Amino acid sequence: MLPNSRGHFGEFGGKYVPETLMPALAELERAYSKYKRDKNFQRELDFYLREYAGRPTPLYFAGGLSRRYGASIYLKREDLCHTGAHKINNTVGQALLAKRMGKARIIAETGAGQHGVATATVAALFGMDCHIYMGEEDIKRQASNVLRMKLLGAEVIPVSSGSRTLKDAMNEAIRDWVTNVENTFYIIGSVAGPHPYPMMVRDFQTVIGRETKEQIREKEGRDPDYIVACVGGGSNAIGIFYPFLRTKTRLIGVEAGGLGLETNKHGASLIKGSKGVLHGSFSYVLQDKYGQIREAHSISAGLDYPGVGPEHSYFKGEGLVHYDTITDDEALKAFLLLARSEGILPALESAHALAYLEKMKLKKSDITIVNLSGRGDKDLEIVNDVIGEAVE
Amino acid sequence: MSRIEERFRELRNEKRAAVIPYLTAGFPSLETSERIFRALAEAGSDIIEVGIPFSDPLADGPTIQRSSQIALSQGVTTRDVLDMIGRLRETLDTPLVVMTYYNLFYRYGLEKFAADAERAGVDGVIIPDLPPEEAGDWLKTASGKLDTIFLLAPTSTDDRIEKVALATRGFIYCVSLTGITGARDELSLVLPDFIWRVRSKTDKPLAVGFGISTPEQAKEVAEVADGVIIGSALINVINRGKTQKEQVDKAKGFVEEIRRALRS
Repeated sequence: MLPNSRGHFGEFGGKYVPETLMPALAELERAYSKYKRDKNFQRELDFYLREYAGRPTPLYFAGGLSRRYGASIYLKREDLCHTGAHKINNTVGQALLAKRMGKARIIAETGAGQHGVATATVAALFGMDCHIYMGEEDIKRQASNVLRMKLLGAEVIPVSSGSRTLKDAMNEAIRDWVTNVENTFYIIGSVAGPHPYPMMVRDFQTVIGRETKEQIREKEGRDPDYIVACVGGGSNAIGIFYPFLRTKTRLIGVEAGGLGLETNKHGASLIKGSKGVLHGSFSYVLQDKYGQIREAHSISAGLDYPGVGPEHSYFKGEGLVHYDTITDDEALKAFLLLARSEGILPALESAHALAYLEKMKLKKSDITIVNLSGRGDKDLEIVNDVIGEAVE
Repeated sequence: MSRIEERFRELRNEKRAAVIPYLTAGFPSLETSERIFRALAEAGSDIIEVGIPFSDPLADGPTIQRSSQIALSQGVTTRDVLDMIGRLRETLDTPLVVMTYYNLFYRYGLEKFAADAERAGVDGVIIPDLPPEEAGDWLKTASGKLDTIFLLAPTSTDDRIEKVALATRGFIYCVSLTGITGARDELSLVLPDFIWRVRSKTDKPLAVGFGISTPEQAKEVAEVADGVIIGSALINVINRGKTQKEQVDKAKGFVEEIRRALRS
């Protein structure tokens, strides 16, 4: 079972954090391993996932896409979760944990705003004080999510350092945690950060894969040939991949190709990055030859991150998952395609996974599941800016 | 005995706490910082911390974040800093400690870094995001001549104090408060109790940093600790200088002031 007791997935992962946080991580580890086995905790988690978040989400047979690609295409409809993305699976879990640990103050980082909204939502639900760090650049491009967080009672703290995106929001959230660690629970939104976060977030997101496995066996009587998911930090991908690891199902993680890999404006940490430490864990990161972290680029704020969860780095090394990239333009095309062929507006993050269908050579008998990790309402302005005129 | 250990032994005999200034190399420019480091030594610094600028300094507040960004915007690299230390070492015998984040070491190559740092005359390293649990590879590589200085914080539990005290060499960097670097108006109230807790578990020298801004605060810290580390406050002082000469003079004057406060 990975990670090992020190939080390592092979050479990746670990706890590269200031000493101030080490005791807090140990406390979190103890609490998590206790409640993971606690029936009342699991019952409460199941209750909120079902009655509040809207699980299980459908596994939808996408007729339009299936005809287009000449194979069976299913969509795992995480976009139908409360708050519009898979992020709520994790925030419900971590908030319940925070409650049991007696931490009344919640902080989080957010890129696209989906994790921020999902955190603000559970903080409102459980009556917790909530502070969300968000890069100024992201605040500009995800205005509707900023408003949602504020309406839910959270304070949105603009981050003006560095590239003013997710990476810097996470730096600031960690600094807040270092300062207020005694009364504060940091809800990390992806399978990134120091141990035990990559393991804990993975466990909370694995509900996606467990449902998918049951649903596809019911509908098709077998496991799929392919599962495709987008990878920023990588939580929706790990969530759906995990129960299918080391099976015949081929797993494909799609990173942000941005303006193209040759331009250096992308978010492809696994494909184009190198090993290093960012935000408390050892993984693949985008960095220059001196070890300074580079700015990522993606049209999708949720993939605009120069790091990736350490377990993905491990999967890459072991060849358990195939990783590839999709550019901004390809993602936009897929966004429109899904809108027109299925009547669904996907998040730009998820559109990267959908776009990968174009690159696959599918046989008629193939079954492919795409994780539709979020819905596209938050992206309408960006999409309108880029292709608005063409649509009219 | 390392140069750092020797310095603390001398200080123990003198019954005086060490003055340990920190400055980000390359701030305000590589050349000015080199002059400032010399001035810090002349001002009577007992140990000098040389920061290598990193793009994502997690443990640092706005002052050191900004000094790092300014240094990086001028293209300062790890190699540049080691070369500068090599030049300083030709004339200075003050112990020099490099402080930066693990990714820069890793990317440079642990072995290569250890060798080049030793050759340049570096005496020790402080890596705030490398707790002993993750330091195995580095400690295997760092030669006998480089002291790896680990940190403790007020949140550290007794078993962690023991672990860090065992792993550290040269001294223990005690973080005065629960938080990030940066000048503060008041000293942390938990400091004496924290230092007492550490003291009861080790007889290694304890230097206290984070949040110490004034000679008065330094004096107060020196009553319980073996060394006083001042970073952000020094950078703020340098910021007030308009010319290179002013910046160097102000830095020197500030450390002299701290040194005087600690003499008595």
